[in-house]
Amino acid sequence: MIGSLPPRYRISVDPVRCMECGRCIENCAYGVFSRDGDRIFVNSRNCTACHRCIACCPRDAISLEEHPCDYRSHPLWTREAREAIYNQARTGKIILAGMGNALDYPAIFDRLVLDACQVTNPSLDPLREPIEVTTHLGKKPASLDLRRREGGDVELRTRLTPNLRIETPIMIGHMSYGAISLNAHLSMARAAKETGTFMGTGEGGLHAALHPYQDQMIVQVASGRFGVNIDYLERGAAIEIKIGQGAKPGIGGHLPGEKVCADISRTRMIPEGSDAISPAPHHDIYSIEDLAQLVRGLKEATEWKKPVFVKIAAVHNVAAIAAGIARSPADAVVIDGFRGGTGAAPMVFRDHVGIPIEAAVASVDKKLRDQGIRNELSVIASGGIRGSADLAKAIALGADAVYIGTAALVAMGCRVCGNCYRGLCPWGIATQRPDLVARLNPDEASNQVANLIRAWTLELSELLGAAGINSIESLRGNRDRLRGYMLDEGLMQVLDVRGVGA
Amino acid sequence: MEGNFLPIVFILSGITPIRAFPDCLEAEGGGSTVMTMCGIIGVMDKSRRTMDGSGIRQALSMMNERGSGEGAGYAAYGIYPDYRDCYALHVFFDDVHENKPLLDSALAQWGTIEHDEAIPTCDRPGLRAVHTPWRYFFKPDPSLAAPEDEIVSALVMQVNAARRGALIFSSGKDLGVFKAGGWPEDVADFYRIEDYEGYIWLAHNRYPTNTPGWWGGAHPFNLLDWSVVHNGEITSYGTNRRYIESFGYTCTMFTDTEVIAYLIDLMVRRHGLDIDLAVRALAPPFWEEIGRMPAAEREWNSALRLAYASAMMNGPFAIVAANRDMMIGFTDRGKLRPMVVGECDDRLYISSEEAAIRAMEPRVESIRMPAAGEPVIGRVIA
Ligand code: SF4
Ligand code: SF4
Repeated sequence: MIGSLPPRYRISVDPVRCMECGRCIENCAYGVFSRDGDRIFVNSRNCTACHRCIACCPRDAISLEEHPCDYRSHPLWTREAREAIYNQARTGKIILAGMGNALDYPAIFDRLVLDACQVTNPSLDPLREPIEVTTHLGKKPASLDLRRREGGDVELRTRLTPNLRIETPIMIGHMSYGAISLNAHLSMARAAKETGTFMGTGEGGLHAALHPYQDQMIVQVASGRFGVNIDYLERGAAIEIKIGQGAKPGIGGHLPGEKVCADISRTRMIPEGSDAISPAPHHDIYSIEDLAQLVRGLKEATEWKKPVFVKIAAVHNVAAIAAGIARSPADAVVIDGFRGGTGAAPMVFRDHVGIPIEAAVASVDKKLRDQGIRNELSVIASGGIRGSADLAKAIALGADAVYIGTAALVAMGCRVCGNCYRGLCPWGIATQRPDLVARLNPDEASNQVANLIRAWTLELSELLGAAGINSIESLRGNRDRLRGYMLDEGLMQVLDVRGVGA
Repeated sequence: MEGNFLPIVFILSGITPIRAFPDCLEAEGGGSTVMTMCGIIGVMDKSRRTMDGSGIRQALSMMNERGSGEGAGYAAYGIYPDYRDCYALHVFFDDVHENKPLLDSALAQWGTIEHDEAIPTCDRPGLRAVHTPWRYFFKPDPSLAAPEDEIVSALVMQVNAARRGALIFSSGKDLGVFKAGGWPEDVADFYRIEDYEGYIWLAHNRYPTNTPGWWGGAHPFNLLDWSVVHNGEITSYGTNRRYIESFGYTCTMFTDTEVIAYLIDLMVRRHGLDIDLAVRALAPPFWEEIGRMPAAEREWNSALRLAYASAMMNGPFAIVAANRDMMIGFTDRGKLRPMVVGECDDRLYISSEEAAIRAMEPRVESIRMPAAGEPVIGRVIA
């Protein structure tokens, strides 16, 4: 016998404060609360710490405690290690988990510090002087053929590949319709439009409700090819081939049949109620040449008008893979670090496979420069970007731009409870249940996401100004403006940064 | 002031169409933020009439406020007419006896040494000679398949990266850089620069914040035909250095200015851009300005920014650069370092300080302050 495990959270309702309005009962999707005569009865075992009840309670009557009853502490046999064993001993199955890597690896971003000007050069004030954060993603020529005509006019003879112009180097990453709700998609698409940036569709196709925002959308082609047809490709501003994902490198995805409602079935172009399975590899990509062929195929299909990105998980030889991608007609590589979020991934992958985004970006940027092909490929960093400092550091390590995922969800209310895979998200984000979806108001949520992007962009401008830089391209790959704090020599070498004080 | 203008001609950048003039022309005036760090001056005689080094020595010493006595240097064009066809390699040896045989044999592998000698110097009480300056007149081996310039630049990169007690700090034809740690007058007298006759002179008075003391860190920086003096601090150096090194250059001088010489070499010699376009890539117009340009102009300006994004220089700077046919001056896009331009007869002056120009040429007819990012380009005629 294993018996029941200690509850993860304990919810208590202060009877003095509670006014028995019942909002917690209505709002909790997991059935924690029920009415028991004239008081609120609580079943803490169902709680996921989504905080919906706390956010809704008008009297601040609810308190939540994590691990109210813990195991005997042990540095190796942690609670998680023990519970995984109980769980698997019972089921004999793979453990699924949501959101990003939950192991206690040090965050490299938090051990890098940025630079600012003092005396020898003036810092710039973004309120008085222009600071440019506009970014262009796509292939750029290594040199230009610029001729001067008789009259002195300059003539450009080099043909440029179309680039994606973003007003700020922050884009919203790919989270599919299916994994998240239509209202969540709509909110983010509007935010992207308002802030002059782009958003990924994920591999779930493009719902008709998003067609008005198609110029802001990067359409994804993943191994399941869900929702992909020429109409879809043509609607997007750019196309992204998804090879892998930071939260689960090397494996595919699975949207359970019960989530495939009529709308999703139409958008993904699969029968209603059928499981949507994305295989681990693309079954037409077994080598880098095959990838180059698919890139070319997509470019051909869209008359070479659209940038094509390739998204890979940050794995050990990410730099060599990126160099291979640079030799295809692809315009950008998206590198998804091991802290990247997900709706559901096997816990063993989420927590143990892949490398941190900081090291991946630094080594990709270096490899491309060493081979003289940095202009061939833009580098987009994703996976665990939590704020403008992470953004600035990612760019200084060599990224052109970043994708945010979890941060955008959090801006809409997500509490990172990690239960997305259950489809009951009380915030109306990771769910398809109409009553829950209706909780997310796109007018409000789009504003919140847009505010977040604006706030980070402002902070980025301030950081640039303080560093005496008035254009984002002068921060890109500028490792001289970073210092490592409590990082070991080996890692500093990979990141190509010096230690503090050096 | 407006009325006093002589017909001066410059290359205007900004949103007006680019016109190439055989001369120099002035852009609109603009304010400047006072941030002293280094003093720079350049003078060019567009008829290639030479001047000896005493004038520039005098001018540079006017800017001692901007230096700290730790480094100064001069570059002069047209000083070696007898060896016009040879690359004049100026070298610092740490120890002549030990380091020179190595360099001799390296040079012999790549070509012929027509002549070599110690650069004549004269001991100065205020200057401690930490290196022995030497010069070679060198011809690359014509049987090597590569173009001469390519051979010489590869040679410079290799020798300097190897750090075997020999540093080649000047490598053009019929020109030479003379630099050392010390006050400008001491450096000038140490090299006896009044004995040289050049038609373009650049000079720099250093207030080192990066690499004090080391002679290699003094300006001007030179590679092949281009020499650069710079006042400022390049905040984009980390990006610029990694960019230029991906084209096979190696930064060895521990200071940000050398990267400018290499960027100009890359864009002008290897990529074939006109100098005004190269300058525009280094200090490009803002996207907002580009957005207001007519279509064709917008297109090539965008292309320039995209292709050379990592070459773009940020931070406060004023730069004067020269090759055998021209002298150019430009500042950062916000003009956070001063730059003054003067003209007198055939001579064009570009400097951090008006006083320096007046010290050299009391009759100077016009003094102008070009706007931020506007390059001043003067070309020799004939
Ligand atoms: S929401 Fe708060 S006040 Fe309302 S019933 Fe629940 S605990 Fe009581
Ligand atoms: S999106 Fe996922 S993690 Fe966020 S609140 Fe909803 S279920 Fe929890």
